[in-house]
Amino acid sequence: MEGILVSLYIFVLAIFVGFEVITKVPPLLHTPLMSGSNAISGITIVGALISAGAGHNQLAKILGLLAVITATINVVGGYMVTDRMLEMFKKDKSEQKR
Amino acid sequence: MVTITNIVYLISASFFILGLKWLGSPKTARKGNFLSMLGMLIAIVVTLLDKNILDFTYIIAGLIIGAAIGAYAAKTVEMTAMPQMVALFNGFGGAASALVAYSEYVRVGGHMPLDVSITLVLSLLIGVVTFVGSLVAYAKLQGLMTGAPITFPGQKFANGILLLIALVLGGFFVAEPAVPTFLLVIIGVALVLGITSVIPIGGADMPVVISLLNSYSGLAAAMTGFVLSNNVLIISGALVGASGIILTNIMCKAMNRSLANVLFGAVGTADGGGTGAKKDKAEVTQYTAEDAAVVLDSARSVIIVPGYGLAVAQAQHVLHEFAELLMQKGIKVRYAIHPVAGRMPGHMNVLLAEANVPYDMLYEMDQINDDFQNTDVALVIGANDVINPAARTQKDSPLYGMPILNVDQARTVMIIKRSLSPGFAGVDNELFYDPKTMMLFGDAKEMVTELVKEIKNI
Repeated sequence: MEGILVSLYIFVLAIFVGFEVITKVPPLLHTPLMSGSNAISGITIVGALISAGAGHNQLAKILGLLAVITATINVVGGYMVTDRMLEMFKKDKSEQKR
Repeated sequence: MVTITNIVYLISASFFILGLKWLGSPKTARKGNFLSMLGMLIAIVVTLLDKNILDFTYIIAGLIIGAAIGAYAAKTVEMTAMPQMVALFNGFGGAASALVAYSEYVRVGGHMPLDVSITLVLSLLIGVVTFVGSLVAYAKLQGLMTGAPITFPGQKFANGILLLIALVLGGFFVAEPAVPTFLLVIIGVALVLGITSVIPIGGADMPVVISLLNSYSGLAAAMTGFVLSNNVLIISGALVGASGIILTNIMCKAMNRSLANVLFGAVGTADGGGTGAKKDKAEVTQYTAEDAAVVLDSARSVIIVPGYGLAVAQAQHVLHEFAELLMQKGIKVRYAIHPVAGRMPGHMNVLLAEANVPYDMLYEMDQINDDFQNTDVALVIGANDVINPAARTQKDSPLYGMPILNVDQARTVMIIKRSLSPGFAGVDNELFYDPKTMMLFGDAKEMVTELVKEIKNI
C-alpha cells in the first residue's frame, strides 16, 4: 500500500505543476500546446514496449504490438505535427525570409 | 539497472515539464517541443535496455509501422484539418493505454493487489472511451458523418446507466480479479459509451470535446502508470490531463456555456434558437468591393476579424496580401482572434501563421476589444456568432452572456459573408442591419481578391 500512496502523491503534485505551467501558455499557442501535450501522453509507449517484448504469453505480446503501433503513431505524429506548426510562427518579415 | 531506468524516467518527466513551460512563448516554443521529444526518446531508449524484454521482433515491427503512419499523417495533414488530426492522435493514445493495461493483466494474471485492479479498470474504461469518442469526433469533423447532434429519447439516462454498469462491473472485477469476463464486458460497455457520449455534441462544440478527450488520454496514461507502477507515465499523464482540463475550461468560458451544457445540451440543431432580432426585418444594404475599397483606402486603422469561414474558403493567403497592401499605405492593421475562432483552441492562429501572418499582428480578444471604438474599419470575414451584439443585450438569445468582439463599436463595419444565414447557434445578427455596416456578399476568397484589385486601382 506504501507504493500506491507515493504514486498518488506524485500524481496529484504533477497535476498542480501541469496547471501552473499550462495556464501560462497564451491562446496563440493553444493548438501546438494541444498536439504537443498529446504527444507526451504517448509516453504510454514505454509500457507498450515491455508488453510487446517481455514474457511468453502470445496474447499479451500481440496486445503489446498493437499498443506499440498506436502509441508510436501518437508520439511521432504528435511531435512532428507540433514542430510543423511551430515552424510557421514567425514574428516579422525578416524571419520569414529564410 | 532499475535505478538507472528510473533516474532516466525522472529526467524525461523534467524535460516534459520544461518543454511545456517553453511552449509558453512563441520564441522558445519550438525548442520546448524539441526538449519534450528528447525526453520521450531517452525514455524509449532506456526502456529498450530493460532486461525483461526478451524478443524485439514485435517492438521493431510496431515502431516502424507506427512511425511511418504517424510521420505520413503529420507531414500531409492540412492545417484546416488539424482538429480531427489531433482527435485521431488522442484516440490512438487512449487505445495504447488501454491495450497496455489489458496486456499487463494477461501477462500477470488474476493475482493483483487492490490498487492495481482498480486502476486497471479505470485505464481500460477511460482509454476505450477516449479511443471511440475520438473516432466519432474525427468522423464528425472530417464530414464522414453529420456534424449535427444525434439524439434519441432517454440518451442521457442511457449514458448514465452505461457508466453505472461499467463501474459496478469494475467493482465485481476488483472483488474477483481472476475473472476476465468482467473486464471484457467493461470494454464492450466503454465502446458503446464512447459513441453515445459524443454523437449528441454538435460540430461547433467540437473544440470542447477535443480538449476533453485530450485530457482523457492523459488520464488513461496516468492510470496505466498506476497499473505498471511507472512514475513517468503518472507524471506525464497528469500533465496532459491538467492541460486538457484547462483548455476545456477556456473553451467553455469563451462560449459562455457550462461543460454539462456542451456535453448534454445538443446545441446546434437546425431549428435551434432564432429568437434574436426578428422584429421588423430591416433592409440590408449590399455594397460592392469598389465601395469597400474606397472606405478602406481612407481609413487609418483596420482590425480584421477572421472566422472559420475564412479557412473554409482558403482565403488566408490572399487576406495576408490584402493586409500587406493596406500597411504599405500606412494603415494600421491588426487581427482580432476570438477564443473560439476555428475548430479547436488556438486554431485560427495556426491558420494565419501558415499564411505568413506575423504572430505579433494577432491579438487576443481581451487585448484588443477596447480598441474597436478607435478603429475606422472592422473587417469581419467568415465570423458571425462571435460578433453578434445579441450576446450583450438580448437575454432570451442562446448567445446571451458569451464574450464577443466589440466589432459594432468600430466606425465602419464590413462583413464578408456568403448570405444572411445565421451562424452555428442559429441566431440572427442585428449588426447586419446596422446603417454603418457594409455587407459584402460572396465567397471570402473571391471577395478579398477583388478588394485587393480595387485597392490597387485607387
